Amino acid sequence: MIGALNLKLLRDTWNIKGQMVAISLVMSAGIAVFIIMFGALDSLKLTRDTYYDHYQFADVFASLKRAPQSVAKRIQEIPGVARVQHRVVFGITLQMPGLNEPATGKLISYPDSGEPKLNKVYLRSGRYLYPNEENSVLVDESFYIAHQLALGDKVSVIMNGFKRQLKVVGVVLSPEYIYSIAPGALMPDGERYGIFFMGRRSLEAAVNMKGAFNDLTLKLERNTKQETVKERVDQILKPYGGLIAIGRDEQVSNFFVENEFKQLVSLGWLAPIIFLSVAAFLVNVVMSRQIATQREQIGMLKAVGYSDLDISLHFLKMVLVITACGGVVGIILGIWMGVGMTELYAKFFHFPILKFSFSAEVMIFAVFACAISAVIGTLIAIRNAANLPPAEAMRPASPPVYKKTFLEKLGLHRRLSFLSRIVLRQLERRPFRSMLSAIGMSMASAILVFSLFLEDSMTHLVNVQYELTQREDLNLTFVEPRPKKALEEIRSLPGVLKTEAFRDVPANLIFKHYQKRGAITGLGTDPDLRRVIDENLAAVTLPEKGLVLGAKLAEILHIKVGEILTVEVLEGKRPTLQIPVVALTQEYIGTGAYININSLNQLLDEAPKISGVSVQIDDNYAAVLFKQLKQIPQIVGLNIVSVLRRIFDEIMAENLLKMVTTNIFFASIISFGVIYNTARIALSERARELASLRVLGLTRKEVAYILFGELGFIALVSLPIGLWFGIILSKAMSSALETELFRIPLYINNSTYGYSVLVVLISALISFYLVWRQVESIDLVSAQKGVE
Amino acid sequence: MQIGENSKELRMDPARQPNRHFDYSFKTENLKKIYLSGETEVHALRGVNIEIPTGELVVLLGPSGSGKSTFLNIIGGLDTPSIGQVYFRGKDLSNLTNQQLTLYRRHNIGFVFQAYNLVPSLTALENIALVTEISNYPMDPLEALNLVGLGNRANHFPSQLSGGEQQRVAIARALAKQPDVLLCDEPTGALDSETGAVVLNALFDVNQKFNTTCIIITHNASIAELAHRVIYFADGNVSNVVVNQVRKSVEEIKW
Repeated sequence: MIGALNLKLLRDTWNIKGQMVAISLVMSAGIAVFIIMFGALDSLKLTRDTYYDHYQFADVFASLKRAPQSVAKRIQEIPGVARVQHRVVFGITLQMPGLNEPATGKLISYPDSGEPKLNKVYLRSGRYLYPNEENSVLVDESFYIAHQLALGDKVSVIMNGFKRQLKVVGVVLSPEYIYSIAPGALMPDGERYGIFFMGRRSLEAAVNMKGAFNDLTLKLERNTKQETVKERVDQILKPYGGLIAIGRDEQVSNFFVENEFKQLVSLGWLAPIIFLSVAAFLVNVVMSRQIATQREQIGMLKAVGYSDLDISLHFLKMVLVITACGGVVGIILGIWMGVGMTELYAKFFHFPILKFSFSAEVMIFAVFACAISAVIGTLIAIRNAANLPPAEAMRPASPPVYKKTFLEKLGLHRRLSFLSRIVLRQLERRPFRSMLSAIGMSMASAILVFSLFLEDSMTHLVNVQYELTQREDLNLTFVEPRPKKALEEIRSLPGVLKTEAFRDVPANLIFKHYQKRGAITGLGTDPDLRRVIDENLAAVTLPEKGLVLGAKLAEILHIKVGEILTVEVLEGKRPTLQIPVVALTQEYIGTGAYININSLNQLLDEAPKISGVSVQIDDNYAAVLFKQLKQIPQIVGLNIVSVLRRIFDEIMAENLLKMVTTNIFFASIISFGVIYNTARIALSERARELASLRVLGLTRKEVAYILFGELGFIALVSLPIGLWFGIILSKAMSSALETELFRIPLYINNSTYGYSVLVVLISALISFYLVWRQVESIDLVSAQKGVE
Repeated sequence: MQIGENSKELRMDPARQPNRHFDYSFKTENLKKIYLSGETEVHALRGVNIEIPTGELVVLLGPSGSGKSTFLNIIGGLDTPSIGQVYFRGKDLSNLTNQQLTLYRRHNIGFVFQAYNLVPSLTALENIALVTEISNYPMDPLEALNLVGLGNRANHFPSQLSGGEQQRVAIARALAKQPDVLLCDEPTGALDSETGAVVLNALFDVNQKFNTTCIIITHNASIAELAHRVIYFADGNVSNVVVNQVRKSVEEIKW
């Protein structure tokens, strides 16, 4: 049997179904976002872990110039090293039909007998290489798809200065390249960057690496100290031009994947917390109102012998009914959108399979968190009702006390109509309540600002990156540093308008016990194409001597301007330098260290060399220029800034905008939910009063003015509070999303404020309309009788 | 458990001839109630000493503010005295905890309020079930409705009933748990005389049939002629007690 009290519960809930639906929707928004984010996180983590495990993703990675294979045996003997895989890895350029500019890529050796010991590849289609097979390659799936290749197709590759035709025999995925980007790029571009695997012997012969290797990956035994092994590896490889060995945390692909996890966690927590707080607030407001209207009923229930606990549970159940509805809708929305989100990830992160995980834990937790917030909201409201002595509850609440308002004391009331005076007195009578309503409504605009700011900030970031710092059209890197005259070669190509050389030197940066493996970049004194900017976005002139560090790098190294940074150069004569930090720069992407190129060359104690060139080109000659560039074997990297930007924009449009749209959708729901509830409650509190006024002869319009005058005023007050609150939330978000890779600046367009205000106003109008229809239907006779 | 034991001790089922040991339902000794209203003390009851025999129909008369409602609330376990004792069949109510008072109300007392206090979202029958569900020896809710002559209105919501009908549902609700005592605070206050007569008749019947002690507050002196006993309140105390040797029936009363 359902029980009379539960029947009452169901009918009471049905009676305020509009508000219940609004609250449920807000709850479902919170639950859905949580499920989307943590579901995606769960799926990615599970998939990655399985992938790494089954395909033997290495623990330590090292690259070097060249070492005989016997050196690998010494590495194997380091205590704690379980397995060693040495390889030959070479940068290549490709001439793909249908692509003007050269594509670049990486050619990795594949054992001639058996599988690789580490970093095995997953075969999507075709076959593995035969032992000692020549001129055949396995190609990574995204390149294969981007160029619509077929098995058996040949690709034209320039390796080590020679042109070769290589046959595609298999399509593969590698745990090392889940997120595969060209050096210097941020976003994957399967069309212009590819990973290839070629038989070891065949590759050794082609690049002159017989019996040698230049790349090393290690698997460690359990509980081995990675740092100790890395130090040993560095010592052994130093004579062979070894760069510092890195762990998984610095491995490019894994670094990006981890980075994404961090951002998902931040997003996954912050947004639902905000949504669920709003839900708790709404629950509190609605339940307070329910309890106020049911004061006499509560008194009666107590008088006939229901305990305080029975009554508290009764109202709690009401809230749990709403939570259950919100939970169901939230889970459905969450799964549906989570699947979409995961599909999105599958585009950037290349896994053999990636499916949205329907993790029960995540869903249970989301609904549970929502229930908790709702229960808290209810308990605050119930506290008063439960404490009410039953005899007291039996009497109707004492009539509200009105006072002359502040404005009236000032004598301004003469200018106001008596209707406006009613509105003002209502507002002033319960300033706390009015304020609370305003804060509630302000959540609506706050969430909108918070949802929209990310797009503004990302756009700002891209604008700064590609209009203020990376102003070149092209950016070329050579296989290895070349003498300064290489610049002349580039300058003489057709269509080249302006060139600036740069020199990147891999280095280990050390300050006290902090260190970071990175590079220092030598630039001209007053670079125009590739600029360094300060926090006011003004170009910085590089001083004659000394380093200019990105603020994030300085933070990682805990170094300040005026202190001396130790730079262990990992190239050429490998000197260890002591260079003072002379200034810091503002950087949104990466962790750069800049120095005057002449000063750098002096410090390196070798003939001036450059590692690449920034180029400004005449677009009319682009095709001719690219054709010529394809023929220059020394070029191993080529970034076309307009393409980088386009890819960035595309990804933004697809990825970020999808998220932003989702958020706006939820934010609009919340905005509407909050405002509708406030209006609905104002009506229920005033229904009798408004009916009396109607009986006295006021028109419906005049009555509406009293009701909506108050609400409209509250809505207007809520706007600036909401925008301000939105900025605070956005700030929290931008610092939560900060990683070594990205600092998303807090940048909010005026249009975002405008849009937020607009949505709130539209929500207000719709809510007022819905409530207005109820004002019209107030039954004057029954309202007078006092039947609620 | 202490609470459970107490409740059992307090519980008396009228069907099991409960009134053997005590010839009174309520007895008060120097009962005082003092409210603080702002900074002034309001003496609502100033030392009431009275006994109310079991099975009687008792009417409390007196002007507003004379203390009769406070008295009714205290003996009904809705409120507690500031000073003095109130006994329900030998059991001191003034020392009971909140929880014990709740159980006392649940099992021993039936209330009828001036404003009916029905739950608007429940039908007449469901309003009664609300109480029978938590009682130990309830009657069937429909039977209770039949007692007040509203069996045919069982599935009506309060808004579909007249004032008199609503009050009769409220009486049925109070009866349905088969309480030891019925406490009625101006049960006819909101009704016209004809409807009032119907409601009073229902109370009168209950008192006759079940021997339930009924205590009724009223402003209407003619109702007093129905009662076994009339207790006059004035200025926070009992000013007079009249025992009617001859009781009139409802039909005989002049309104």
